Amino acid sequence: MSKIEINNVYKIFGNNPQSVMPMVREGANKEEVLEQTGHTVGLDNVSLKIEEGETFVCMGLSGSGKSTLIRHLNRLIDPTDGEIIVEGTNVMSFNKEQLIDFRRHKMSMVFQRFGLFPHKTVIQNVGYGLEMQGKQLEEINKTAMEKIEAVGLSGFENQFPNQLSGGMQQRVGLARALATDSDIMLMDEAFSALDPLIRSDMQKQLLDLQSELKKTIVFITHDLDESLRLGDHIGILNAGKLVQVGTPVDIIMNPADDYVKAFVKDVNRAKVIKAKIIMKSTKDSDDIDKTNLIKVNEDQFIEEFLPQIVCSNSNCEVVDKSGNVKGYISNKELQTSLTKS
Amino acid sequence: MEALKKNKKIFFNIGLLAIFVWLLITSYSQSKRKPDNIGELLNDFSWLGGKWPKWLDLPLMNWINSGFKTLNEKYGYIFEAINNVLLYMLMLVKNFLIQAPWPLVILGVIVLTYFASGRKIGTTVFVGFCTFFIGFLHPIFWQKAIETTAIMLIGIFLCVVAGIPLGIAMARSARTRNVILPVLDLMQTIPSFCYLIPGIMLFGLGAVPAIIATFIYAVPPLVRLTDLGIRLVDTEVIEAADAFGASKKQKLWGVQMPLALPNIMQGINQCTMMALAMVVIASMIGTRGLGDEVLLGLQQLNVGRAAEAGIAIVLLAIVLDRITQSYGETLQERTAPNTKKGK
Ligand SMILES: Nc1ncnc2c1ncn2[C@@H]1O[C@H](COP(=O)(O)OP(=O)(O)OP(=O)(O)O)[C@@H](O)[C@H]1O
Ligand SMILES: [Mg+2]
Repeated sequence: MSKIEINNVYKIFGNNPQSVMPMVREGANKEEVLEQTGHTVGLDNVSLKIEEGETFVCMGLSGSGKSTLIRHLNRLIDPTDGEIIVEGTNVMSFNKEQLIDFRRHKMSMVFQRFGLFPHKTVIQNVGYGLEMQGKQLEEINKTAMEKIEAVGLSGFENQFPNQLSGGMQQRVGLARALATDSDIMLMDEAFSALDPLIRSDMQKQLLDLQSELKKTIVFITHDLDESLRLGDHIGILNAGKLVQVGTPVDIIMNPADDYVKAFVKDVNRAKVIKAKIIMKSTKDSDDIDKTNLIKVNEDQFIEEFLPQIVCSNSNCEVVDKSGNVKGYISNKELQTSLTKS
Repeated sequence: MEALKKNKKIFFNIGLLAIFVWLLITSYSQSKRKPDNIGELLNDFSWLGGKWPKWLDLPLMNWINSGFKTLNEKYGYIFEAINNVLLYMLMLVKNFLIQAPWPLVILGVIVLTYFASGRKIGTTVFVGFCTFFIGFLHPIFWQKAIETTAIMLIGIFLCVVAGIPLGIAMARSARTRNVILPVLDLMQTIPSFCYLIPGIMLFGLGAVPAIIATFIYAVPPLVRLTDLGIRLVDTEVIEAADAFGASKKQKLWGVQMPLALPNIMQGINQCTMMALAMVVIASMIGTRGLGDEVLLGLQQLNVGRAAEAGIAIVLLAIVLDRITQSYGETLQERTAPNTKKGK
C-alpha cells in the first residue's frame, strides 16, 4: 500500500466548478476553459502514488498547479473530483474532528510565502504545531529551541518574523514543520528564498534526516538540480496535468515530451547519471578497447570519474561493490551520453 | 425539490410580485379616497394623467403607528427594564466620575494615555492639557463633559458588546454578511431623528434614548471594521493555522482576532467619534451634557458661549481620539515591527 495515493483528482477554481467538469473531462485544456467559462483549471486528472519513506519532488512552471496539488494532501483545498488516500484512508471521508486530528499528527507543511504568524515570536511560531497537539509549554519550548538551532537561528527566538530576512523567515517555517515530527512533510518551495550556501546545507540536512527517520516528503521546487539531489521520484506538472513521473534518471534520459525536455535541457548530466546507467554489459562490449582500463564503481556519478578518463583518454571498466565486472563504458559513449538531449 | 432548487430565483421573484400585488390591493381597499366603484377606473382613465391619484397610497404610516402603539402597550415592561438597566449603568459611571476630585480624573486620563500610547510622553502631555482645558474654559463644562462622556461610554460599551461578535459572525459566513450589510446601510443612512423620536416615545426624555441612538449611529463602522479586519488576515497565515490543526476557535482567538485587532481598534475609534457627535445632537431631545451648552448659547444668541462649548467638545473629541487611536497604533507596531521605532 502506498503512503499517499492520488486518484484522478480534478480541481477547478471558479463559481460553478461542476458545470465545467464535462468540458474538462472531454480534454479541453486550461486556456480554452478559462476563455470560454472563466474557470481556472488547477489540476486536470492527476493520479500518482507516493511510497512510504520517499521524497517525491514536484516540478513545473509557475501556475502549473504545484501548490494546488500539495494543498489537496492535507485538504486545505477540496478536490472538485477524485480521491486522495493517505495511509489507506480517503481524506474526504474525515469529519471535522478527524481532519483536525489528522492535520495535528500526520502532516506538517512549509509554505511558499512562509505563512508565519506575525504576532508571534520565532519560538512561538516554531512551537505552534506542538501547541495544537496540546503539549506542555516546557516541552514545546524545548523542542522548538532544538529546531531553531537545527536551522541555524539560535539567538533570534524572541524576535518577530518581520524583523527577520526572507531566508530567515523561511527557515522559521521549516523549523515549525520539523517540530511536530510528523510522518509526512509537505514542503512548498521550502528552500527557494535561501542563499546557495544555506540552501545546500539545508538540502544536506534534509537528506540526513531522510536517511535517519525515513519520513515521507512531498517537495516542490523550481530548481532541477535540487530536485535531482533530493528526489527519489519526480513528477512534472504542466498546466494542471501530470506529464511525467519517474526517477531522476528516467526524467533525464527519457523525457516524455518537449515540455519536460525543455525542463531538463540545462541540467548537468554528469551529476545525475551513474556509471551503471550508461555502461554496456560485458556481452555487448567486444568492440571496446580493453587495453587501458580505469575501474569505476557502478554507483559512481559520471562527474566523479570524468576528469580521470578525459586526461588519460582511456575507457572504463564498471564493477559492483564486491569487484565483479558488470560492464564497460567507452570514451565515445561517455561523450554522447553527456550531450544527448 | 430539485426543480425548486433550480428555479429558486424565479420563485423568489414571483413571491416578490405577489407581495407587491397584495400591497396594491390592501392599500386600495383601505383608502378613504377610493372611487365608489372600481369600474370607474376602467371607464375613466383621467387618473393616469397629471397628479398622483390620492387613492394610490400605501398606508405605511398607519401601520407603523398602530404597531408602535401595541408595542408600547403590550411590551412596555421590556423597554422599562432596558431603561432601568441603562440608567443604572449610567448613574454608576457618572457618579463615579463626578464625585472623584477633578485632579484625580485628569491624572487618570494621563495614566491611561501613557500606557495606551506605548509610553509616548508627547501624546500624554498633550492629552493631559486638553483635559485640563475642558474645565478651564468654563467650570460648568467639567461636569457637562463628564455627563457626555458617561453616555458615550455606555453607548460604546453596547457597541463593543454587540458589534464585535456581529463582525465576527459576518466574517465567518457570507450569508450572514449579506443579511447584515443592508441593515448597517440602513442604520447609517436613516436620519437620526427618525429613531430619536420613537426613542423618546419608548424610553421618555433623557439619557436612555440618547444611548440607544448613539448605539444605532455608532455601531456600523465597528461591525464593518471587525469584519474587514478578520477577512484581511493573510490567507496563507490562516492556511498555516489550519495545516497544523487549529480548531475554529483556536484560529479565531489565536490568529484572526489578534491580527484583526488594529482594525478593530480603528473601529472603536470611529465608534467613539461618532458617539460623541450623536451625544451632541441628542442634546436636542433633552440629554444633558456639553451639547445643551451649545444649544443654550444659540438660543440666547450668545456666540461666545456657543463657541466655548464647541471648543470643549472638540477637546473632548481630541482626548478620546488620541487615547483610542494611539492604542491601535501601539498594537500595530507590535504585530508589524517593521516600522521600527525611533525613526
Ligand atoms: N484560490 C484560487 N482561486 C482561483 N484560482 C486559483 C486559486 N489558487 C490557484 N489558482 C490557479 O490555479 C493555478 C495553479 O496555481 P498554483 O498556485 O498551484 O501554481 P504553482 O504551480 O504553485 O505556481 P508557483 O510556482 O508560482 O507557486 C493557477 O493558474 C492559479 O491561477
Ligand atoms: Mg506555488
